[in-house]
Amino acid sequence: MKSRAQLLLMQIAVAVIGIALWYLLSTYPLFGRVVLPPFFFSNPLEVAMQVVDWFATGVIWKHLWVTLEESLLAFVIGSIGGVLVGFWFARQPRTAAVFDPYIKMANALPRVVLAPIFTLWLGLGIWSKVALGVTLVFFIVFFNVYQGVREVSPTVLANARMLGMNERQLMRHVYWPSALSWMFSSLHTSVGFAVVGAVVGEYLGSAAGLGYLIQQAEGVFDVAGVFAGMFVLAAFVIVIDTIVSLVEKRLLVWRPTAEHGRP
Amino acid sequence: MKKGPDKSAAAVALGDVVVTFRLAGGGSYTAVERATLHVADGEFVAIVGPTGCGKSTLLNIAAGLLAPAAGRVDIFGAPLATLNRQAGYLFQADALFPWKTALENVAIGLETAGTPASQARPRAQEWLKRVGLGAFGDRYPHMLSGGQRKRVGLAQVLIRDPKILLMDEPFGPLDAQTRQIMGNLLLDLWSADRKAVLFVTHDLEEAIALSDRVVIMSAGPAARVIGDWRVPLGRPRDIGEVKLDPAFHELHREIWHKLKAEVIKGYAQAEGAA
Repeated sequence: MKSRAQLLLMQIAVAVIGIALWYLLSTYPLFGRVVLPPFFFSNPLEVAMQVVDWFATGVIWKHLWVTLEESLLAFVIGSIGGVLVGFWFARQPRTAAVFDPYIKMANALPRVVLAPIFTLWLGLGIWSKVALGVTLVFFIVFFNVYQGVREVSPTVLANARMLGMNERQLMRHVYWPSALSWMFSSLHTSVGFAVVGAVVGEYLGSAAGLGYLIQQAEGVFDVAGVFAGMFVLAAFVIVIDTIVSLVEKRLLVWRPTAEHGRP
Repeated sequence: MKKGPDKSAAAVALGDVVVTFRLAGGGSYTAVERATLHVADGEFVAIVGPTGCGKSTLLNIAAGLLAPAAGRVDIFGAPLATLNRQAGYLFQADALFPWKTALENVAIGLETAGTPASQARPRAQEWLKRVGLGAFGDRYPHMLSGGQRKRVGLAQVLIRDPKILLMDEPFGPLDAQTRQIMGNLLLDLWSADRKAVLFVTHDLEEAIALSDRVVIMSAGPAARVIGDWRVPLGRPRDIGEVKLDPAFHELHREIWHKLKAEVIKGYAQAEGAA
C-alpha cells in the first residue's frame, strides 16, 4: 500500500516537473532567449484556461459526443464485420485462400488515403469518419477471430468431438468462445483504432468533433487550442481505455492473468 | 471374475491394424504394422511401449478419431466406421474447455446429448464430489492444479457413462504422489461398474499396478504388439501396496526383460532422427 502511494507521488511529480519546465522555458528567457517560443509551444496556463473555457461554456460536450459516437459506431460495425468474415474464412479455407491476396492488399493500404474518398461518398457528416474507423477496426478483429477459430487446440477439439458435440455445438461451445477470447484480447487495440479513425477523419474534413477542434485551432495558429485539444483527446482515450479494461476483466475471467497489450 | 477372451463380445477388437501417415515431403510413414489387440468387456488393459511407438495412435484408432490404412476395428462386434460413440477418451494434454468452469466442463457431456442444464448441472456437481472436487465447481481450469484438472477430465468423461474408457497417459504430467492418488481414484471409480479400459502409458509399474493385462508394443516405426501378460494380482488393489507384492516384482522383471530391448531401440531411433 505504501509503495503504491509512493508510486502515485512519483507519477504526479513527473507531471508537475514537466509542466513546470514547460512553463518556465516558455515564459522566461534562458541565456537571452526563450527556449520554447510561446507562438509554437504556447504555455500551460493558456492551455489550461482554454480547456476550462471549453468545459465552462459547454462547447466541448458536443465535440466529445460526436467523436464518441463515431468511435462507437466504427467499433461496433467493424467488430461485427470482422467476426463474421473471420469466422467464415476460418471455416472455409478455400474462400480464405481466394481472398487472401486482396485482404492483405487492403490491409497494407494506409487507411488515411481512403478518407477523401469516404468524404466524397458519404459527405462531411459522421458516416465518413465511421467508415474510416471501420476499415481500421475490421482488420484487427478479422485477423484475431480468424486466428482464434483456426488455433483451437486440437486436443480440445478432439475432446469436444468425443464428448458427442455435433457441428453446431462445436461452433457454440468451442469455436465461438475461442474466437471471442481472441477478439477481446485485442479490444484495446481495436477500440484505440476506432478513435484514431474518428479523429483523423474529423481532422481531414468535418464540422464537429475533437479532430475538428484541433484542426480549427491549427488553422488560426492557436497553439494553445491545439494543445488543449490534444489533452482533452488524451483524457478521452484514457477514460475509454479504462472502461475497456473493466469490460475485459469481466469477460475474460476464465483466462490466466491476461497480459495487457496496450496500443 | 475375469471374462474369457470371447472375440464376438470384445469391447474393442483390433485386427491386423495398419496405420500410415503421409509425410509432408511425400512418401509415407508406417506408424503401426499389423497390430492385433482385444479388450474384453470389463477388462482393464494397459499398453506399454517406448516413446513414439504408436501407442496413442492405436488409441485414436479405437476412438475413431483416426482411420486405419488396413485392418479391422470392431467395437462390441460391430465394425467402427465413424467416431466411437461408446467410448470416453481421457487425453494426455489438457483437454478441458478453458472458458468453462469445472462444473460446466463436466456438465457439457450430458448437455450435448440433449439433457437440459437444470438436470445436467446437479449430476455434474455429484460427479465433481465423487472425484473430490465438490467445492471447486465454479473454478476455471487455469485456477486448478494439474491433478485437479485431471480429476475434472475424469468426471467429464465418466458422467457420460461410456462403455469403453480410452486413456492416453492421463497421469503423465503429474508428480509421483499425485499419480498414485489418481490411480487409486481411477480404480475406485472403475470398480463400481467395470468398464472396458484401454490405458496407454510408458510407465510399466503403473501399467501392472492398474491393469488386468499388460500389452507391450515394439519401438516404432511399424510398431507391433509383441507381448501380452495377465496380471496375477487380486482386486481391489491399492497401488502403493500392490507394488510390494512379490508377484508384482516377478511380472515386472519378466516384462521389463522384453521391454528393455525395445526401449533401447526406440531411443536409438529417436537419436538418429534428431
